[in-house]
Amino acid sequence: MIELQGINKSFKVARRTAGFGQAVKALFAREHTIVEALHNISFDISPGEIVGYIGPNGAGKSTTIKVMSGILVPDSGICQILGYTPWQDRTSYVRNIGVVFGQRTQLWWDVPVIDSFGLLRDIYKIPSAVYRENLTLLTESLALSDILQTPVRQLSLGQRMRCEIAASLLHNPQILFLDEPTIGLDANSKIAVRQFIKTINKERGVTVILTTHDMNDIEALADRILMIGKGTLLYDGTLVDLRSRFGSKRIVTIDYHEHAEPVDVEGTSCLSWTPERAVYSVDIDDVPVASIIAKLSEQIELVDIGIGTTPVEELILELYKEHQI
Amino acid sequence: MNPYLSVLKLRFISGLQYRAAALAGMATQLFFGLIFIMVYVAFYANSTAEPSMSLEQLATYVWLQQIFLAFVMLWFRDNEIFQLITSGNIAYELCRPCGIYSFWYAKLLAQRLSSAILRCFPILLIAFFLPAPYNLSLPPEGTTFVLFLLTLLLGLAVNVAISMFIYISVFWTMSPVGSTLIIAVIGEFLSGMIIPIPLMPEWLQNITYALPFRWTADFPFRVYSGQISQTEALWGILIQLIWLAILIVLGRWCLRRALRQVVVQGG
Repeated sequence: MIELQGINKSFKVARRTAGFGQAVKALFAREHTIVEALHNISFDISPGEIVGYIGPNGAGKSTTIKVMSGILVPDSGICQILGYTPWQDRTSYVRNIGVVFGQRTQLWWDVPVIDSFGLLRDIYKIPSAVYRENLTLLTESLALSDILQTPVRQLSLGQRMRCEIAASLLHNPQILFLDEPTIGLDANSKIAVRQFIKTINKERGVTVILTTHDMNDIEALADRILMIGKGTLLYDGTLVDLRSRFGSKRIVTIDYHEHAEPVDVEGTSCLSWTPERAVYSVDIDDVPVASIIAKLSEQIELVDIGIGTTPVEELILELYKEHQI
Repeated sequence: MNPYLSVLKLRFISGLQYRAAALAGMATQLFFGLIFIMVYVAFYANSTAEPSMSLEQLATYVWLQQIFLAFVMLWFRDNEIFQLITSGNIAYELCRPCGIYSFWYAKLLAQRLSSAILRCFPILLIAFFLPAPYNLSLPPEGTTFVLFLLTLLLGLAVNVAISMFIYISVFWTMSPVGSTLIIAVIGEFLSGMIIPIPLMPEWLQNITYALPFRWTADFPFRVYSGQISQTEALWGILIQLIWLAILIVLGRWCLRRALRQVVVQGG
């Protein structure tokens, strides 16, 4: 459904070092550097997938989203989405997609949210029955009923973001691009948004591509991860694969009755220690967890044991390290 | 509803919210209208040459300028569109299934309409009841008035098409200040907003006739006072339509070029 082949995009960026002298110099001669935002990006996405698109700041995530949503024209490469080339057939193509840019707003600042929705209904020519049905669904699942009549400028960031997501879904898009949709949301709203994305993916078969820095979003939603760094695609695979690649590590947290000094266990490294609690990192391929606990209980009186897998954040950091970005 | 009509409606409604701005605008426009007329009264009293425009016509000309200021002023701008371009929010406009040119055109038109409608009636009323020679006089005939309305609205359409170039230029300049200033100052002068065109020297008049600006203000105002005959007005309408077509085609072409190399600012 989504096919990218060898997409390249570079930007010309004006540069100067700080200071008055440099600023004056830049009046006469500007220095430009070419920044390669995307370099030979290729991937396929099938209908109904939820794909997490990750990478450090400035890696090219948003640029890719903008190319895919028809906003930017790449320098070279092929992009076929739903049979369209986004930047060539822009107006007929965008009817089928919904886009949320977490840092921007598509709602009219001075008028109530519902007026912006009404405008979108007319722009997308949504039949009134479909509009009403979608509005009811979105109002319920994103808890919008109290805020629809409020002018956008008086909404909090989280409230606004929920409205933004609703606004992008009024026209039943087949593909949803989310560029940092959970930026600035509180825990409750984050969960509501994630839940909702899952629901529309399951029930309506909406394909979702999301970029985020919140690895919990990825963990909760994405079956598949695309990782980009310095404009190049570095990893394309499932979260499970990623885990098994780095995933023989476990974090063992031990609570015990007060013990004066740290206890060393062979084959582990102690991450933190207090007289009542210690955290160890273990590679279970080398040392089974059971033997660690056995060794520990010989020396201290255990109260509680917790075993966790490596947080996704650390897996991602490992990936970044591997690719030196 | 048609999407362009819908954005026109929404912009119109939100424009009607700015009541304080409308009140301040009315006061300013009344003040300027009176000052301008006073200056001309003084000129006329001491002039030996035969003026090409009677004082009565001149007062009407000045009042029409003030009443329909929002229709004719090029500095009258929509900061939202500038912000859209410079902050990168244009990303959202670009993922809508409609043409950006028509969309913005509708927005700009609605903004001018709402602003003018909020202000025009009170000034109109006051200007009518001022003592001569400061008052706004009635058009000579009913048909003249109809022609005036037609030419005024076409003038508005031409004006919005001109102002569109200011917005398009921001794609390259990234700041609206320069282009607004240049186009507004030149346009204001050449549309007769500073010195009424009939009072300009003939060579300058010929220049203004060759450019689109005077068709937005000077032409409808002189149709109103009957200085331009009805047949001439009909020809003028044709010229307005031609200018409108040229400006829109050119504007669309420029915008297409701007969008092809658009850089969405701010990541």
